[in-house]
Amino acid sequence: MEFFRKATNFPFMSTRKLWYGLSIALMVISIGSFFVRGLNLAVEFTGGVQAQASFSNAVNIDTLRSGLERAGFREEQVQYLGSSREAAIRLPAQTGQSSDVIRARVEGVLQAIDPRAEVSSLEVVYPQVGEELKSGAVLALAATLALIFIYIAVRFHTWRLSLGAILAVLHDPILVLGAFSLWHTSFDLPVVSAMLAVIGYSLNDTVVVFDRIRERFEGSRRLEPVAVLDQSINQTLSRTIMTKVVTLIVVVALYMLGGQALKGFSAALIIGIVAGTYSSIYISSAIALDCGLKAEHLLPSAVKKPVDELP
Amino acid sequence: MLEFPRWKYALVALVTLLALILALPNFFGTDPALQVARKNRAPMDDFARQAVEQSLTAHTAAFQGDYLDEGKLIVRFASVADQLKARDAVNEFLATDFISALTTASRAPETLRHIGLRPMPLGLDLRGGLYLLYQVDVNGAVAQLLESYDQGFRRILSSANLPFNDVTTYTSSKSTIPNALRVSLPAGADVGAVRDALRKGNTDLTFSIGSDAAGPTIDMELSPTQVRARQDYALQKNITTLRNRVNEMGVSEPIVKQQGIDRINVQLPGVQNSAEVKDILGKVATLEFRLEDSQNSAADAQQRGRAPLGSKLYIMEGSPKLLKRELIATGDQLTNATSTNGNEGPEVNVTLNGQGGDSMLRNTRLNVGRRMAVVYIEKSRETRVIEGQKTTRDVTTEKIISLATIRAVLSNQFRITGLSAVEARELALLMRSGSLSAPIFAVQESTIGPSLGAENIRKGVQALLIGMLAVFAFMALYYQRFGLVANLVLVANVVLLTALLSMLRATLSLPGIAGIILTVGIAVDANVLIYERIREELRNGVTPQAAIRAGFDKAFSAILDSNVTAFIAGLVLWVVGAGAIRGFAVVLTLGILTSMFTSLMGSRALITLMYGGRRKVARLSIG
Repeated sequence: MEFFRKATNFPFMSTRKLWYGLSIALMVISIGSFFVRGLNLAVEFTGGVQAQASFSNAVNIDTLRSGLERAGFREEQVQYLGSSREAAIRLPAQTGQSSDVIRARVEGVLQAIDPRAEVSSLEVVYPQVGEELKSGAVLALAATLALIFIYIAVRFHTWRLSLGAILAVLHDPILVLGAFSLWHTSFDLPVVSAMLAVIGYSLNDTVVVFDRIRERFEGSRRLEPVAVLDQSINQTLSRTIMTKVVTLIVVVALYMLGGQALKGFSAALIIGIVAGTYSSIYISSAIALDCGLKAEHLLPSAVKKPVDELP
Repeated sequence: MLEFPRWKYALVALVTLLALILALPNFFGTDPALQVARKNRAPMDDFARQAVEQSLTAHTAAFQGDYLDEGKLIVRFASVADQLKARDAVNEFLATDFISALTTASRAPETLRHIGLRPMPLGLDLRGGLYLLYQVDVNGAVAQLLESYDQGFRRILSSANLPFNDVTTYTSSKSTIPNALRVSLPAGADVGAVRDALRKGNTDLTFSIGSDAAGPTIDMELSPTQVRARQDYALQKNITTLRNRVNEMGVSEPIVKQQGIDRINVQLPGVQNSAEVKDILGKVATLEFRLEDSQNSAADAQQRGRAPLGSKLYIMEGSPKLLKRELIATGDQLTNATSTNGNEGPEVNVTLNGQGGDSMLRNTRLNVGRRMAVVYIEKSRETRVIEGQKTTRDVTTEKIISLATIRAVLSNQFRITGLSAVEARELALLMRSGSLSAPIFAVQESTIGPSLGAENIRKGVQALLIGMLAVFAFMALYYQRFGLVANLVLVANVVLLTALLSMLRATLSLPGIAGIILTVGIAVDANVLIYERIREELRNGVTPQAAIRAGFDKAFSAILDSNVTAFIAGLVLWVVGAGAIRGFAVVLTLGILTSMFTSLMGSRALITLMYGGRRKVARLSIG
């Protein structure tokens, strides 16, 4: 079987304005949503209480909510977790109460509804931890981007490709952020790590395309950059799509079967991988082109250097 | 002809075989088990093993088998119900000599364990338990140090008859001289003499002479190195103490480790009664032994609301008592403490070190017939919100737990009575495990029920298997025989990764499983790169064998570059992330390494085996 038996010849470069426009539109929506709606940050960032409750029979969310209210809790968020017999309860930070007191109070509410109900997990986070995690996450993102920028600049001898790669790659976590903000699903630490994994992984495609661009320029320095870039993307297209399809297969399996704890994580991966594939095909090389990429940037010396030909 | 050096074949075969053996214990699963240890921490022997076995049999707690492991007895059960029944039996009938903890035991054959092969330990999210993140009050530890210098300076100056106005401690980082002491002297005092006197006993400190409105001053400022050393000492001491306390409680496979500069991460698998555990872990308590002040009337002191000089007023069971301020011994000088049931009810048997023993001997010899008190001192931190402002204050409670007539001269061994059974046990535990050198308070806690853990692992493994099967089917369909090679290589990759993680004794958590799944998705990438390249070469009319060679060689730089970038992201996560995130990062990073090896070496070896030997290959089964 082969989906790409015929060599494709899509004019990616001449249509790049269109793709820029699409990306900019998506990013504006994402960033706009981020500022307007914000993120539904999980307790590990905000501080507070997150409990998971399991019941022997289906439970009514409203009953649970009013039970919590009667027990003196405020601003509670209650939702089903996978089935109607399990619920996630989120409470703001309870000042001056130990986790055992909170647990006992929550358990009291649950058991008034269903004597066999139990708290299957309880997490209490005090606010100072959250602040550190936020700055840690931002630091990690920045460090990853900086290191990758340097690596590509060194490896391909030009900042133009670096810039293209970084902009394309930055675009992916922004879309993930936008999606989480739009749907207002819980944004937790695993989602952050999924975003970082996406950065590393979506770069993968970009680098494969760049590698091909270098190879083409090595073959002939006189080729037009637009033609080389188009050909490189087209030639690597089957590989780009094939690998992403395979990765998506496992990530979708994880999303569907991995349970509640990994839902957000795998959703972030799915969005990130799709966005990453798009950006490495349509955006990264186009930016390098607009930065004035030419053969001599990739091949600084007249002497052709052998580039790691053997494993 | 395709060629692949012999040594590379050998390497691939050897690594695969080794990985298979190392990864093997992970594929057997686990049984519920009970870990039984001796209370006095002596290793379990066959005699103790028989005692436990007999007791379990006598109390109809069915078990499947047992074995000794690192001085502890692991008893395995067919079901959780049996396990709990056995725990109750041990707690009820063997509690005087043994402590037990719920755990899991691998079903792997014993021979594997004997050669040191074990499955990866499971994280709390996969087996249930209690997770605590403690913040250590390291600044409090520095303040304590300054406080002791403060008292020391006063003592030195008083005993040398050097007049001084005051000694002030500056601990707040907002003050102009943080972490410093200022000795204020009266006008015209001999500053040099004072400084020399202070310096005598404290050669490691630096003193600077200045003056303020009232007269000359001498400042002693701790250097940043001294501050850091003190903070680090407090942290390390607390880790040791917490570790001791956790061991005393008999938790199986606990983790107590430093996180960041002032945090301690405690993971207690299987623990569900969090209230009791946390109470003991966080307790800052010590003992003091002091003589009663019998010259003065305690009732008078209570009426005046003030104790006479050199004494301190306590209320014990409603009536006032006066104790001498001088210490005979403190909890720091204890070397051992055990609780037993004596003739006069529960008691704690205490052993003091040399210094404490000498002091006890000296003091009791002179004071037979007088009364000695044991004072229990507990420090805790209260956080209150007053008008939106969060304030914390440290509260010290001091309580006389026993006041008894000295009937005979005591030395380094004696008993403390007058406690309830629970108090005696807890006191002995706290004394034995050492005191916390700085208060700690939890900043994050979570408890995960065992059934949730089991469900997490089941779902994770299910997602992994289904995901892999789907990838297998897809690859076989799309790349035919080459796809089968890729699938074989993919399995090898998972085995290799599991082997590496087992070898490093990495803890497997839910994000770790997610990392393995993602690695499966990513590892295919290298193979796809190679295969697409081979197809491309074939399209360009190259002979099959030349296409294979070109495919591997030309795809190499793309594989390397693309993996390096993912590797960078993984490494950053590894360094910056903590806890579960680090688990994901470790798997991701190692997975990149193993997938590079398996796809470049492993699949090349297989494909060369398939197509290399023949002189001429008409067509490749690559879809």
